[in-house]
Amino acid sequence: MLLEGKPVAAAPSSKQPLVQVEKISKHFGEGATRVDALREVSISVYPKEVVALLGPSGSGKTTLLNAIGCIMEPSSGHLTLDGDLVYDNRWLKSDLRRLRLDKIGFIFQTNNLLPFLDCTDNVALVLELAGWEGVKARSRAIELLDYLEVGHRKHALPAKLSGGEAQRVAIARALANRPSIILADEPTAALDSRRAGIVMDLLRKLAIEQNAAIIAVTHDDKIFNRFDRIFELRDGMLEADRKLKAKAN
Amino acid sequence: MGRQNYKWKSAVNLAYREVRHKLGRFLLTCVGLSLLLGVVLSMIGIYRGLVDDALTILRVPKIDIWVVEAGTLGPFAEASRIPGDTREAIARLSGITAAGAVTYQTVEANHAGRKLRLYAIGYEVGRPGGPEQVSAGRLIVRSHYEIIADEQTGMNLGDRIKLGRRSFTVVGLTKHHVASGGDPAIYMSLRDSQVLQFELAPPAARREIARGAAVLSLDTVNAVVARADPKVDTEAVADTIRRWKHLGAMTQQEQERVLTGSVVDRARKQIGLFTAILLTVSTVIIALIIYTMTMDKLRGIATLKLIGAPDSRIIGLILQQAVAMGVIGFVFGAALVTLVHGHFPRRVLLLPQDVGLIGLIVLFVCIAASSLGVRVALKVDPANALGG
Repeated sequence: MLLEGKPVAAAPSSKQPLVQVEKISKHFGEGATRVDALREVSISVYPKEVVALLGPSGSGKTTLLNAIGCIMEPSSGHLTLDGDLVYDNRWLKSDLRRLRLDKIGFIFQTNNLLPFLDCTDNVALVLELAGWEGVKARSRAIELLDYLEVGHRKHALPAKLSGGEAQRVAIARALANRPSIILADEPTAALDSRRAGIVMDLLRKLAIEQNAAIIAVTHDDKIFNRFDRIFELRDGMLEADRKLKAKAN
Repeated sequence: MGRQNYKWKSAVNLAYREVRHKLGRFLLTCVGLSLLLGVVLSMIGIYRGLVDDALTILRVPKIDIWVVEAGTLGPFAEASRIPGDTREAIARLSGITAAGAVTYQTVEANHAGRKLRLYAIGYEVGRPGGPEQVSAGRLIVRSHYEIIADEQTGMNLGDRIKLGRRSFTVVGLTKHHVASGGDPAIYMSLRDSQVLQFELAPPAARREIARGAAVLSLDTVNAVVARADPKVDTEAVADTIRRWKHLGAMTQQEQERVLTGSVVDRARKQIGLFTAILLTVSTVIIALIIYTMTMDKLRGIATLKLIGAPDSRIIGLILQQAVAMGVIGFVFGAALVTLVHGHFPRRVLLLPQDVGLIGLIVLFVCIAASSLGVRVALKVDPANALGG
């Protein structure tokens, strides 16, 4: 199956969270200039879950996403990703890079596709970085593009794509290496409500098929009802953890 | 962590793809760089041409010993005048197989409606001092009014040119016989050159006679050149000549050292300095171009880092573009100089070792210049890829 779990990793149990954030704090500066971006935030996200991080600007959403994405070390607390305890002084920069490559897929507010690579190569690049041989990587990339219904644009450069097409190519890139965790930063911000709905349905479908956890930062109230849970942050603290009945398409 | 052990085979060359994406801009940059590197190569070529030309004049007669006025460095570095009959005395020395008297002077003449500055070399026909072969035509066989001219004069066989008060016919052509100052050489008989150099104009001669001055002898030469027996120590023969107080003697090696060490040395320093400045400017330009190109793709670099690209891949992207720019610029530059060097007023001699050396320097410069871009790229926070 195209989006089945990684062949080398055991399928995680739904009882064990894929993302476990325990009392994570992050502060910037010291003394009078100290800013507490996160204060002892704890969340858990399980396989097949699609959760949202909400909050006003400056509430710590992006900081939390950066911490979960292994691109910013928290000041204190623990982070466990798919059973691996991260930031315990045993992780080198290159290990974190490899962890990102193997376990995390990123979807950005703007598609962030490399403008000089066509759609196929944008997707295949992730696989090549993971060590796939070029022809196999391209073949898998084309399969993914077909699955996301942008296969007909496989040779197009990002500049030639519509917003919806570009976001679907970006999703294909995020899924290419079969990550167990997908982090999305405002994935529907650049899309109209119809396309935003399509993308959210797609993410939900992927979470189920790939046994993955999806965490999305969003302000888009049109898609709130598409999430299983909503974590609301305010002033760096977790204010609410609301469970919703997600509306799958 | 479960690592996949797939065989590494890169298919996506980021540097190449980005260059292809912005091909026009990249090529335009390369063309600009090639002009700069072309100038660098030209400067070195001009210096090599200058030295080679100067040495050609020196080496053509196949001389072992230069006999000059005592206390001077010879006709190329300073004025030297000795009596013409010195040749007979030198020719009779033990170890000398042949000797000839020569004169050197710069003359200006009109030819085909333009002014020519010429380096006139007078030699005794049949004796050392003149060319042994020509690229076209023949050697001088008559005692008067025939010249051999270098192709750079623009003259052709059979052309006539007025030098002083007499007309001369071009009977032969040479290639690359140019003085260190850049003036193309012409060869004429010693007698003609002495007349050209020392004979007074009729009014001046009449005035000299009227005031009872001694009649000037025309038999003065600038040097006597001699060939030594290969079995004889040339230095020892030169020492023998030096014992005559009114003469100085230099071996061929000494004469070449004088020419390259003092006469051409200033040009070497000037051109060397200019070349160094141009290379420095090239380095700064390459560094700025690479820096600007890196700044243009900071978001892309952040994305690459976020999706797991190792630093080596990002360094490779910048380094490959810098090297490609340098190599393409260098090849274009070298091709340009090769195509147009014939139109330079001075001879441009591109030696393979110089081209190779400059190529290596350009390669080093590109790698050094890309370090600024690499530094910026490595500092990019992958978190920059997130957010709007």
